[in-house]
Amino acid sequence: MPFQSDRRTGAALNTNVFAPWEDPQAKPLIQFQNVTKRFGGFTAIDNLSLDIFEQEFFALLGPSGCGKTTMMRMLAGFEKPTDGHIMLGGQDIDPIPPNKRAVNMMFQSYALFPHLSIWENIAFGLRRDNMPKRDLEDRVEEMLRLTRLEQFARRKPHQISGGQRQRVALARSLAKAPKLLLLDEPLGALDKKLRQDTQFELMDIQEKTGTTFVIVTHDQEEAMTVASRVAVMDQGKLMQVSTPDRIYENPNSVYVADFIGDVNIIEGRATANGDEAYQIDWAEGQSPLTATSSTGFSNGQSCHLAIRPEKVTISADRPADAINAVQGKVLDIAYLGNLSTYYVELPNGTIIKAQSANTRRISRRSFTWEDPVWLSWTATAAVLLAN
Amino acid sequence: MNRLSWFNAVSLTLGFAFLYIPMVILIIFSFNESKLVTVWAGFSTKWYGELAQNEAFLNAAWVTIRVAVFSSTLATVLGTAAAYVLVRGGRFFGRTLFSGMIYAPLVMPEVITGLSLLLLFIGIGLDRGILTIVLAHTTFSMCFVSVVVSSRLVTFDKSLEEAALDLGCSPAQAFRLVTLPIIAPAVISGWLLAFTLSLDDLVIASFTSGPSATTLPIKIFSAVRLGVSPEINALSTIMIAVVTVGVITASLVTKRAMVRQKQDELAAARTE
Repeated sequence: MPFQSDRRTGAALNTNVFAPWEDPQAKPLIQFQNVTKRFGGFTAIDNLSLDIFEQEFFALLGPSGCGKTTMMRMLAGFEKPTDGHIMLGGQDIDPIPPNKRAVNMMFQSYALFPHLSIWENIAFGLRRDNMPKRDLEDRVEEMLRLTRLEQFARRKPHQISGGQRQRVALARSLAKAPKLLLLDEPLGALDKKLRQDTQFELMDIQEKTGTTFVIVTHDQEEAMTVASRVAVMDQGKLMQVSTPDRIYENPNSVYVADFIGDVNIIEGRATANGDEAYQIDWAEGQSPLTATSSTGFSNGQSCHLAIRPEKVTISADRPADAINAVQGKVLDIAYLGNLSTYYVELPNGTIIKAQSANTRRISRRSFTWEDPVWLSWTATAAVLLAN
Repeated sequence: MNRLSWFNAVSLTLGFAFLYIPMVILIIFSFNESKLVTVWAGFSTKWYGELAQNEAFLNAAWVTIRVAVFSSTLATVLGTAAAYVLVRGGRFFGRTLFSGMIYAPLVMPEVITGLSLLLLFIGIGLDRGILTIVLAHTTFSMCFVSVVVSSRLVTFDKSLEEAALDLGCSPAQAFRLVTLPIIAPAVISGWLLAFTLSLDDLVIASFTSGPSATTLPIKIFSAVRLGVSPEINALSTIMIAVVTVGVITASLVTKRAMVRQKQDELAAARTE
């Protein structure tokens, strides 16, 4: 289950919400203006426009080959757009080489210099700016403290663990206090437990330094956890750019709904049934489903009903007040420890996933294979999508 | 430990005998008392003493070492530059042709390389001497350097260079501060290879050397044509010793560095 940090859900309760993307007056730090990038005949980025604001923790999310890494490499200066422009702080950065940009990158492989100590790795960028010796030492020490690496300063990269290397890479890229920090799959090489801890560390450091972070990841949970906004990409295009909760609760397409988290998709035809309410005919001999939607559908238009498994209730009898209820039998059960996902087959062969918390011991589970069950959900639980 | 089967034992013995018996005989006879190379007359080191007095051999040795140092250094610079461009330069016009051409001298008969260089030096009116041997040796050994260095560059993580650029290095600084220190072992072994090739080259040197400069292999070859002397055996034994010590040292250094790195990694894993 993707979850939101306290920091961001807490912020929603404040009057002073961090949401510059909602403010038409706000000036974006980064602007992609109709950017296209082609490699030979292959179009990696397809006429894409995007604004990223100062102090954002922005996630580019998508499957491999969707163009997210190309976006990042264009920001760093390793690739130039074929068409369009990228602005940083109002300045067109296309002609600026990587070593002259106020942008630093944390590489997926960390790219630590193996012949230099941790201390020298962090000092590397500062030395290029000819920073005075005292200031340089202070800055390196500050970075070591920030990433809790003081005791490893004299070691070489191969003498520390993967998690520590990841923090060195972060310290090195933050040392020059860039306007923008790019993180390319920063946690990909860490195991799950360490990754979760590090996600919170990253958010903490981002908040402390006030740097704008752009992170590239294929891990949707990671993007949901750390990011203020997420851009879901596919084949060089932006599918949806929004806050994690909106991406999850209000996906704008079947692609996004399916990419983020688990979802049941039921195809059918919509018929208006009152204000913003629709009736969906989805299978012969089955009573129609009801869903609300703020986007309009014409009568008879084909549509997709997307329902998250955790919003589907499973019960032995038909709930009396259920607006949507279908009957089926349990085909399979995926036991995840804290949760169980029930795969329920409907009479027409459709399989619907229903998830419920395992509040009781497994031996006292209410349903088992082949049990006839009822699935139900409310009218607002599902999202109605055109495509 | 497994015992070798008789078949394997015989194969091993035959193979090594084939490789090393000539050298062993040479070494033994360098300590021969007799002036006759093939008749054993008791142990002596007198030929080593005589060698130290032989002005002509000492001069030739000094020429050879100077040629080897200069040519291998020049070949290393040029070979590394060529390897860097061919591996890192991206796809530029004629890249395939160039990378083919850099390896061609590896298979080119030395006689042809030597002859063409001789014609060139005569054509431009360059007097044959140390300079021409250095140039000739650089020409044929830089492709060996280039092969060694490019095989290292292929496995080199390109993001290290990008990280250097990202942190404010110009491309030249990135090469000097990051790439070069990391590929240094390959560059050094390229240099050693070029040095060895230059030390024992006879064919190309004989085309490009002049009366003022004779290298040791030429000297030995011409001396042997007048009859093998125990002095030559002594000289060859010294060369074998130098090469053996060099090879063993190099492999020990590499092995120790690898062992240390392994231990460091284990130590790092424990601190988690």
